[in-house]
Amino acid sequence: METWGAQHAAGGRLPPSLRVLRYHLFSYLRTWRSSLTTSFLAPVLYLAAMGVGLGSLINHHVGTVDHVRYLSFVAPGLLAASAMQVAASDSMYPVMAAIKWIRTYYAMLATPLAVKDVVLGHFGWVTVRLVITSVAYLGIMAAFGTVHSALAPLALVAAILVGLSFAGVISAFAATQENDQGFATISRLGLIPLFLLSATFFPLRQLPGWLHPLAYATPLFHGVDLCRMLVLGQLDWVSAGWDLAYLVGLCALGLVLSRRLFTRRLVV
Amino acid sequence: MVTARRLTKAFGDLVAVDHIDFDIVRGESFGFLGPNGAGKTSTMRMIACMSPRTSGTLTVLGRDPETDGPAIRARIGLVPQEDSLDLQLTVLDNLMIYGRYFDLPKKVIRERAERLLAFAELTERARDTVEPLSGGMKRRLTIARALVSEPDLLILDEPTTGLDPQARHLLWDRLYRLKLAGVTLVITTHYMDEAEQLCDRLVVMDKGRIAASGSPAALIERYSTREVLELRFVGHEPPGHDSLAGLGERIEVLPDRVLVYADDAERALGELEGRGIRPANWLVRRSSLEDVFLSLTGRTLVD
Repeated sequence: METWGAQHAAGGRLPPSLRVLRYHLFSYLRTWRSSLTTSFLAPVLYLAAMGVGLGSLINHHVGTVDHVRYLSFVAPGLLAASAMQVAASDSMYPVMAAIKWIRTYYAMLATPLAVKDVVLGHFGWVTVRLVITSVAYLGIMAAFGTVHSALAPLALVAAILVGLSFAGVISAFAATQENDQGFATISRLGLIPLFLLSATFFPLRQLPGWLHPLAYATPLFHGVDLCRMLVLGQLDWVSAGWDLAYLVGLCALGLVLSRRLFTRRLVV
Repeated sequence: MVTARRLTKAFGDLVAVDHIDFDIVRGESFGFLGPNGAGKTSTMRMIACMSPRTSGTLTVLGRDPETDGPAIRARIGLVPQEDSLDLQLTVLDNLMIYGRYFDLPKKVIRERAERLLAFAELTERARDTVEPLSGGMKRRLTIARALVSEPDLLILDEPTTGLDPQARHLLWDRLYRLKLAGVTLVITTHYMDEAEQLCDRLVVMDKGRIAASGSPAALIERYSTREVLELRFVGHEPPGHDSLAGLGERIEVLPDRVLVYADDAERALGELEGRGIRPANWLVRRSSLEDVFLSLTGRTLVD
């Protein structure tokens, strides 16, 4: 090596959390092919199978569900559910890998980046992923003729909020784990029951009364409720207000928890 | 460049770094020599502003890591003990993403990457994925990566652990060139030959404390004799201390051999034979930092 730069601009201009987001984008652009099927194909298959397959059965025997044909009823539910799935899967193994196996976060923390930048950058990346998958999904919904309202584009915001509310608490959890056993538990005892029982596939009133409070306590129900209202144009302001407050509150909690637990794990 | 006074790091009840003092001067190659668990890595993480200190003072490049972490990290480079390379990306990509954390322009990173890859002898692998590379190549890449920001201070935590001898020597050569180019190096190691080869000055660390400090030559002169006579007695009991008394300045009895410290080991050997003691094996060598450590702590560097 001949000469060493005497000085260089310390720090740089782009906000540090955006530099983390930029890394995630770069890495994704190099490796996207491997995740294409899981994050996108699955919800589309569900829509086809449940909506069209099951739907034709229901339409024939029961008629409409909540005044719409079954496909239109189930599609926005699946929009919210796929947002949950994308956010959850981006917040489990990738976070653990970045902490424990590949140690990407440690590489970042050796530079001018700090834990808050790592957390915000992760959230920013999950948001980008949610926008991409949800926009594509809404497009497919429109193609299937299940979009009935001018408010439907706002369902994108609802989907993002649902996703982020899961991303926050699950990332925070991932930061505390030494192995992936907890992830299996979250999937089996958390995500899958939520998927089945949050009014995704059938109205809540089909379930016994004592299960209703359980549904109200979980984020997916509120996300499904909000998405459905916006896509079908059946807006109930009070209900929507509660849904929004719940989701925003959980996002904020997830952000705070993530920052705290990431710091506890990474800065020892 | 770095000043520490009564620097301490405790994890609950465990005191990993126990009130140590040291100074690192610009342009020198400074070492922390000690066995595993001595507190070297904990010290490195504090200097690298990645771990908060429990007490004491620490200034790096004139600033306090507690308040100016990001600003300090913008001017230092860290080669950690455990790899943190992005295995799915290419060699060049790894340099690129790291440089972008510092918000360096892409053009600048590319120019530096070219020079750094040549320095690390990785030019031909620039577009290869990192995962299949050997341990030595990955370590060279990590060093190249740490240099992307052209830091004033480079910290290397156990840089050659786990590498084969050829890889180690290549790395030493590269680090030596960096030293010649004026980069201040801080190295931790438990290999005495590494410390002797690379360090201008070093501290000997054990159980969180600094046992001694100085240049390798000064430490050897102060804490050991010039030569060492190593004796092995296979199959029968080694002779008692009395029969070895007076052979040299000091005798150390280890599980597998006896060390006789004397300024003239050949003479001690002659006297040994004169006393009728027949070792199974013997060798004469110069003192090393291992002997310094043994003299200070009663234990060997590598267990």
